[in-house]
Amino acid sequence: MVRALAAIPFLIAVIFGGFFLWGLDPDRDPNDIPSVLISQAVPYFALAQVEGLQTASFGRDDLMGNPSPVIVNVFASWCVPCRAEHAVLTDLVESDGQRLFGINYKDKPEDATRWLAELGNPYERIGADSTGRAGIEWGISGVPETFIVGPDGTVLYRFVGPVVGNDAVADFRQALVQAGALENEAGG
Amino acid sequence: MTPEIGHFALALALAMALVQSLLPMLGAARGNLLWMQSAKWSALGQVFFTAIAFLALLQAFVTSDFTVKNVVENSHSLKPMLFKIAGTWGSHEGSLLLWVLILTVFGAAVSVFGTNIPEQLKARTLSVQAWISVGFFTFMLFTSNPFDRVFPPPLDGEDLNPLLQDVGLAMHPPLLYIGYVGFSIVFSFAVAALIEGRVDAAWARWVRPWTLAAWLSLTAGIALGSWWAYYELGWGGWWFWDPVENVSFMPWLLGTALLHSAIVTEKRDAFKSWTILLAILTFSLSLLGTFIVRSGLLTSVHAFAVDPERGLYILGLLAVSIGGSLALFAWRAPTMEPGGIFKPISREAGLLINNLILATATGIVLFGTLYPLFYEALTGGQKLSVGPPFFDAAFIPIMLPLVVVMGIGPFLSWKRADLPGVLQRLRFVAVLAVLATLLVWYVVRGGPVLGYLSILVAIWLFAATLKEWATRIKLFDAPFTESRRRARNLPRAVYGMSLAHAGLAVAMFGFIGSSVWKSEQIIFVEPGRQIEIAGFDVTFEGLERVRGPNYVADRGTLTVMRDGQFITELYPENRYYPVAESNTTESAIRSTLAGDLYASIARPASAEAGAGGALTLRILYEPLVNFIWIGSVMLVLGGLFSLSDRRLRVGAPTRGTPQRAAGPARVPAE
Repeated sequence: MVRALAAIPFLIAVIFGGFFLWGLDPDRDPNDIPSVLISQAVPYFALAQVEGLQTASFGRDDLMGNPSPVIVNVFASWCVPCRAEHAVLTDLVESDGQRLFGINYKDKPEDATRWLAELGNPYERIGADSTGRAGIEWGISGVPETFIVGPDGTVLYRFVGPVVGNDAVADFRQALVQAGALENEAGG
Repeated sequence: MTPEIGHFALALALAMALVQSLLPMLGAARGNLLWMQSAKWSALGQVFFTAIAFLALLQAFVTSDFTVKNVVENSHSLKPMLFKIAGTWGSHEGSLLLWVLILTVFGAAVSVFGTNIPEQLKARTLSVQAWISVGFFTFMLFTSNPFDRVFPPPLDGEDLNPLLQDVGLAMHPPLLYIGYVGFSIVFSFAVAALIEGRVDAAWARWVRPWTLAAWLSLTAGIALGSWWAYYELGWGGWWFWDPVENVSFMPWLLGTALLHSAIVTEKRDAFKSWTILLAILTFSLSLLGTFIVRSGLLTSVHAFAVDPERGLYILGLLAVSIGGSLALFAWRAPTMEPGGIFKPISREAGLLINNLILATATGIVLFGTLYPLFYEALTGGQKLSVGPPFFDAAFIPIMLPLVVVMGIGPFLSWKRADLPGVLQRLRFVAVLAVLATLLVWYVVRGGPVLGYLSILVAIWLFAATLKEWATRIKLFDAPFTESRRRARNLPRAVYGMSLAHAGLAVAMFGFIGSSVWKSEQIIFVEPGRQIEIAGFDVTFEGLERVRGPNYVADRGTLTVMRDGQFITELYPENRYYPVAESNTTESAIRSTLAGDLYASIARPASAEAGAGGALTLRILYEPLVNFIWIGSVMLVLGGLFSLSDRRLRVGAPTRGTPQRAAGPARVPAE
């Protein structure tokens, strides 16, 4: 009995060692976040309007049968990078004519309303995800995240973190070009 | 030339370590005194050569010798001298060199100062210590040579991460390593005892000062790291449950358990296998910490550059040291005879609860830290992250009972205690704690129940600790002169305990205040903008550009008023380091005992982002946060007091005689 008990720490250490050995595989990148939704259909979600805001509610149905790919952005008033990203998204809507939908993640309606009143509202529709349920369905790892959704409701692209800075904006625009939502800008 | 001398010195140190790992061990087995005593000279030789290697690297950093690859990657000629020096241990290779230097210093310290330790035990301990050295010397020489040259040498270095250019951080690794590595000696003692097959009260007493020294350095190291995160990162938090923080916290938790279980082994000759196991596991977790930070196993904000070959080598090292010692434990521990028996209500039982809770807490942190890895392995590549919500929910509820027991424990006597009697004596403390908590609730209002519960428990611990001290010196029960005499004659270890326990209570006030009652405002900054936070009116006056030795900064000016009275001006900075091409935030803080008003400026990643490149200003009010640092200092001082106790210095304990140390007032003391 005592003998078996004394062997337990050793056995646990062996199990840990096995996991570590597996984890050291050079092809494994712990920083990589897999996008499970890519080329899958948009998950089901139906979100109510943000209270006190005129913008219409947002759900899965709004992503079906659009003439061209659209952008879905997960944002919150408490998220600092979202503020920086807001200008980039506004620019995409105003200068490039992109259609932008918003999921207002775990936010208070009055904060979100004030935030949009202060910065402007580029969103066509906004759903209030006060519980974070839709965020789970979409598999977000934080705020902000931005998706490009095709006309048939397929997720074409996912961007984790704020689309801010020259490289990030260039990447995102490139993805929009590939999705067919934006003219190729290489020429002009 | 100097780098080659350093490299050669490392090789010589390895040779010394190889000799020391065999000769004294064989000498102990055969009873050859000369072989056993050779450990002293090889231990000193190891320190000598490792110190030469370290000085050679230091010299390369101080003179900015850019023919050495490590210097190129981690220094720059424009860097202030202090940070050139700190750059020596800023890299993977350099920090490893510091690690082994401390390892060999500890080994030599045992060989020089451990005059009262029996030759056999000392020889075996030093041999085990040399096994660890061999592992790390070969690791350095084969995979991480700090003296690699580059040709042609570049004109200038690539700088150290500017985030790391901070005095607190320059001191953080050395202290943390003294803690990590200090537990190596305890580990070596434990393995030597397993080989010898005997553990007794004398063994526990020889181990105790080393455990204490390691524990207090680790405490200081963790506190400094946390302090750095608070002041430098500009997020306004002091603990993030990041893997790298967790791996330093686990040895601390388990080391704290070890510190207490070793007391039972010392005083009552009980908990022997448990103390040995804790000694092994504490150092194993220190090794794990060293491993995780360098292997790329987990994601973290501050990990070293990753190299799978190194990872495999350390894993091998871990397998041998941890696997080997635990196998030895499984084999030898059952043969150890059980020691003193005790009743369910006794000081032993109290310390048992302490140990169980601390071990569980360590398990929780370990599980939470490694769970992403386990999950990914078991699900074939799916990822998740474990963050503060898990740790807060799992860790805090089990630590609160520990704090309650901490208030009672020191009142309990060994073997069999009178719990109703103790509770009777503590009833005023309990009433006081409840009243004080109600007062806090009356003043503050709002906030979660857990916050008030934590405050209640912290006040309880603080008051109970004071009461325990008052009882010992018979304050108010005896004439004042009698109390004063008793206070003077109390062993220092008793003061150490009281200070450390009270320190934890004080730090708890800081933890609770700054996490539960923190307020935060984030705004875009425009000159003239005003906000109100925690009763302060803060006005943003404007921004100017200033130039530092190796950076340019945007410095904001904030005027802080309260009730129309001018309080102070704050100057948060956002610095840009051209050589490293990176930004840091220098937060501005108005510190008072009541709380910190904390301001930091962040610049959006690009000028086109944000409303015309506007900066965001983050203002936080963190109530009581300075109590964390005060409490940490008290914990460290408590450790120092206990370490300076005369029973650890004189009264050389010898085997076979009952343990009666010198020193008056033989009240249970620790």
